[in-house]
Amino acid sequence: MCIMRQGHKEELMEFSEHIKTANVEDVVLHQPLHPPSRGTLCITGHHLLFSDREENSTRQILLLLRNIDAIEKSVENLLGYSSLFSKADYSKRISGSSGTITVKCKDLRVLQLDIPGMEQCLNIAHSIETLSCLNDVSEMYPFFYRPSDLSSQDQWGLSSSEKYYSEHKELHKRWRLSSVNRDYSVCPSYPPAVIVPKDIDDDTLKKVAKFRQSGRFPVLCYYHRKNGMVIMRGGQPLTGANRKRCREDELLLQAVIDSSDKGYIIDTRSSQQVQQARMTGGGFESKSSYSCWKRLHRQMEKGKALQESLIKLVEACGDESQNMDRWLSKLENSKWLSHVQTALSTAGLLAECVERDGHSVLVHGSEGTDCTLLVSTLAQLIMDPCCRTLEGFLALLEREWVQAGHPFQLRCAHSAYSHVRLQQESPVFLLLLDCVWQLWRQFPLALGFSEALLLRLATEAYFSNYGTFLCNNDQERCALGVKEKTYCLFHSLLKPTEKEHYTNPLYEPTDLAIWPSVHPQSLQLWRGFFLRWTPQTRHLEEAQEEIRNMVIEWGKVALS
Amino acid sequence: MEFIRLPKVENVKLLDRVSPRRSRVGTLYLTATHTIFVENEAGVRNETWVLHSLVCSLEKQAATSSGYPLLIHCKNFQVLHFAIPREQECQDVHLSLQRLQPVKPSYEELYCFSYKPNVDDEERQNEWDFMNLKADYSRMGLPNAHWKLSPANRNYKVSDTYPADLFVPESATPPVIVGSSKFRSRGRFPTLSYYSKENHAAICRSSQPLSGFSARCLEDEQMLEAILRSNPCSDFMYVVDTRPKLNAIANRAAGKGYENEDNYSNIKFQFIGIENIHVMRNSQQKMLEVCELRSPSMSDFLEGLESSGWLKHIKAVLDAGIFITKAVAEEGVSVLVHCSDGWDRTAQVCSVACVLLDPYYRTLQGLMVLIEKDWISFGHKFSHRCNHLVGDPKEVSPVIDQFLECVWQLMEQFPCAFEFNERFLITIHSHIYSCQYGNFIGNNQRERIQLGVHQRTHSLWSYLWTNRTDYINPLYRPDHSQTQGLLRPSTAPYCFKFWRGLYNRFDQGIHPRQSVEDYLRTIQEETQQLEEQLASHKQVNFKLPLIMSEAAPFDKSPTAWTLSHDLRLANTPQDYTGGFITSSPSQPKAPDSSGLILLPQDLNQTSIFSLSNSSDPESGIADLSCRSPLSEDSTRDPDSDEAVYSAA
Repeated sequence: MCIMRQGHKEELMEFSEHIKTANVEDVVLHQPLHPPSRGTLCITGHHLLFSDREENSTRQILLLLRNIDAIEKSVENLLGYSSLFSKADYSKRISGSSGTITVKCKDLRVLQLDIPGMEQCLNIAHSIETLSCLNDVSEMYPFFYRPSDLSSQDQWGLSSSEKYYSEHKELHKRWRLSSVNRDYSVCPSYPPAVIVPKDIDDDTLKKVAKFRQSGRFPVLCYYHRKNGMVIMRGGQPLTGANRKRCREDELLLQAVIDSSDKGYIIDTRSSQQVQQARMTGGGFESKSSYSCWKRLHRQMEKGKALQESLIKLVEACGDESQNMDRWLSKLENSKWLSHVQTALSTAGLLAECVERDGHSVLVHGSEGTDCTLLVSTLAQLIMDPCCRTLEGFLALLEREWVQAGHPFQLRCAHSAYSHVRLQQESPVFLLLLDCVWQLWRQFPLALGFSEALLLRLATEAYFSNYGTFLCNNDQERCALGVKEKTYCLFHSLLKPTEKEHYTNPLYEPTDLAIWPSVHPQSLQLWRGFFLRWTPQTRHLEEAQEEIRNMVIEWGKVALS
Repeated sequence: MEFIRLPKVENVKLLDRVSPRRSRVGTLYLTATHTIFVENEAGVRNETWVLHSLVCSLEKQAATSSGYPLLIHCKNFQVLHFAIPREQECQDVHLSLQRLQPVKPSYEELYCFSYKPNVDDEERQNEWDFMNLKADYSRMGLPNAHWKLSPANRNYKVSDTYPADLFVPESATPPVIVGSSKFRSRGRFPTLSYYSKENHAAICRSSQPLSGFSARCLEDEQMLEAILRSNPCSDFMYVVDTRPKLNAIANRAAGKGYENEDNYSNIKFQFIGIENIHVMRNSQQKMLEVCELRSPSMSDFLEGLESSGWLKHIKAVLDAGIFITKAVAEEGVSVLVHCSDGWDRTAQVCSVACVLLDPYYRTLQGLMVLIEKDWISFGHKFSHRCNHLVGDPKEVSPVIDQFLECVWQLMEQFPCAFEFNERFLITIHSHIYSCQYGNFIGNNQRERIQLGVHQRTHSLWSYLWTNRTDYINPLYRPDHSQTQGLLRPSTAPYCFKFWRGLYNRFDQGIHPRQSVEDYLRTIQEETQQLEEQLASHKQVNFKLPLIMSEAAPFDKSPTAWTLSHDLRLANTPQDYTGGFITSSPSQPKAPDSSGLILLPQDLNQTSIFSLSNSSDPESGIADLSCRSPLSEDSTRDPDSDEAVYSAA
């Protein structure tokens, strides 16, 4: 009964070595917001399936194993300790035993499975542990997922540099589309096509790439129609301890601005950090070499520090004690909201430079694959109304995160519950979604998408049926044939049946910039995500439903 | 007025705490009742009015480059930071304001006695008659076989801080009442606050017993016995002492204290542990200091909020309310609540329990009734606690603020359960302190009668009721599941939020820039109007195009709505430490009213237009100046206070 519609024979074969017990009856499932239920548990190569057999209508709960961040198991022997029993009783003793598996998910849900039989319990636990951490991308579920309502001929993705370039005719005078990276040899983490200053030829770009971390030479990511200013992003210049210069790099930046004008460089590290970076071969654009560019430093936390922040916050949210002081100090101690504040205010600064002061800006940190993208994305949301529609926002994410080479595979391998030793995990993308949520709270009418979309994306980045967030960059996706063999999340979100759920019923487009307030009083914990599995969140969802209904009713009356 | 040494000062700077770049230059006027600041900016008519009775402190600071700073703190948490060009002027303004206020020497000089809206005496009487507590008791089903209206306190002889009309158990005889009152602080004997028709359980309230270490009082014991017997379904009752146990024990040494379970039959005694007025006063003070920090970091703010302890106290009050609610609704057991005098913590806890128990108290009218009942009539000492008069600063305490905040915290958890909105709570809060209306003047009913409050002042309740459309929560539906029956809030610490809307109310830069509520209200009104029009259209049935005035409501579509709400995107430069931030002019567009003729096809056109709203780039951005409920006397801010700036 547990052969799932998505299940492939091939798939089952491949993973069967990890599955000793595929099927357990009489399992009790405890999950948040529901009473415990008894049913059958199945495990397959990619899923945990629980079917409730108590009612006539069988309820099924399907959990992607990839969603599971950590498990804790405890087994107990109901008949007590063995010394009292003879060998003959051994089998009886086993059958009288039971075990409990606590499943902690990347979507912050915590489930508990009471499984009869110690051996079965240990088998299931072992399978979960192994199968949820498989690192071979080509074995992941998106390669097996076959939705009935999306045909594979659908175009993959919504946006690209090419599309952006062709949509912005104003760009064409001073910018060009370069395919210098067509075989990913110049910059492995860039897409094949990038937008660069017209005066800079591909040979120059190759030299610049050698001077920038990971080959990430400065490319255009945003054109501000109101005043023709742009946002560029890249990796840090590799000036090193002896202040190396690169003529081509200087030329490239000079080509961005008029000779009389000035540009800003927003470095997502402190001035102290960039001095230290020089010792390891990195560096910054010195005033003497880049006289028309003014550097601004904003220290943004990333990497391990950010991951630990998330872990602390999730732990604080799970604290059952009723102590107010403890909650506030844990919230403070996690620093998560401080990171939200810094990200929004750095993005505000960037948008201010472009929109208010009328200057072009180059953003980078060290690699240019994390905070750089965070800041440039938020700034575009602040300034550009086109990014604030549902489609526009998804296209923005595709350009600025997926194609720009945010290493999703590394960053989202594990989440807040994992016991695994952390490597490259870091919730930068989650931080982005939190910041967007803060914007949405402050401008509830200005964004075309709903909180439900942000919540969906916050989980899809960690585990998904779709291929969109697989791999670390375009090159890897290309090598695995992601676009041919998996389905695109963004297209699925835009299907007519799904779309309404992800649209903001109150959306009223505005051409104006939406400047967020970054005062501590203006920023709040994202309850919808961090406290998603508490009953209180349900009341807030009801309010959202109520709002949607009111708008629908109003629409009906107005049209009748 | 002889107090005013200097009625007018030119070139005064009003500094913006949140965004210094938004500071304004203008003229400061002092009148008998208000301090008024009028901005100079050409074409901008921006006035800030501050009632003298709302001022709670004045502070001169050391001279700065922009002048001589004068800081005015108000009881509604407005902080005005003026910089006055000359020292002498600053001196004079300071002196004048000191004399004009902050605290009046006698009731007679309070603003409510000179506040004269254009209302005749009969109407004034109607205003006061609007609030009728007897109606609320009969709503609860009283009097009935178990509870009767007692005349014992008709002339305030038994307890001078209690109201004249009180409900007591049917079996409580006058000697029992009088005897019990002699055994209770300030004569505040146990009496009914809320009665649950469904299961006969009641919430009663009193002050502490004068039990000392061993004293007993037969009548008091009989009184509790009578309360217990008035609930036929239960064989015991709770006595809840809302104080921390240590405080209650300390009171015993002064001949007061708490009930000994051994002396009263079938009571279960319970301490709750809400701190006293002094702790609460200090806690709020600390929290307000955190609110006033200039560009605090996230950590500064959270640490400050934690060390103020404010949210911990709010949680304690709500926890106590939940305890009583569960006793009454789930166990069907009556509860007697007291603290020391039974007018602070007791009022908080009883009224919070009422809000949780009875959906009626979550309506606009219900909340007003509840405040009238558990706070005003039962003698919460408003004039002392809110510092209406010169008095002991140790008597001041934000007890009522905490109640209003508990309601707000509940509204945050149950967005569809309350008929009123946040603005309603904030308006009530402001008027508790403003002394513009007579409702909160004095410390008890007897004092208000002596002052002739009903004859000489106006009532806030009727004002609020007249303007109720401003205070309706558009998400409220009487038939919504959240509205029904008992509220079961969570008191997990993460459910308690900082109430930005009240404590940082005047710092416009930090509030959301668009209001969902205003938008929904507009939609709701429009839906109603459209439905009415459709109905009338069916009657008219293709007769002729209606005249324009009848079609006018169409102007109130989102199109019209945006006209009155310009986007104020003004922001705080120090936020991102760059230049300062853009706000664009709102471009009023003429709605195309020529098509507003009620023929079916035209109707359609208009509707599509208003739905798509494509021609209006400004739509949907609400100005929050309407957040200020005291708009007629607090801030007059018809235009954006930001100079129009078009992008460079």
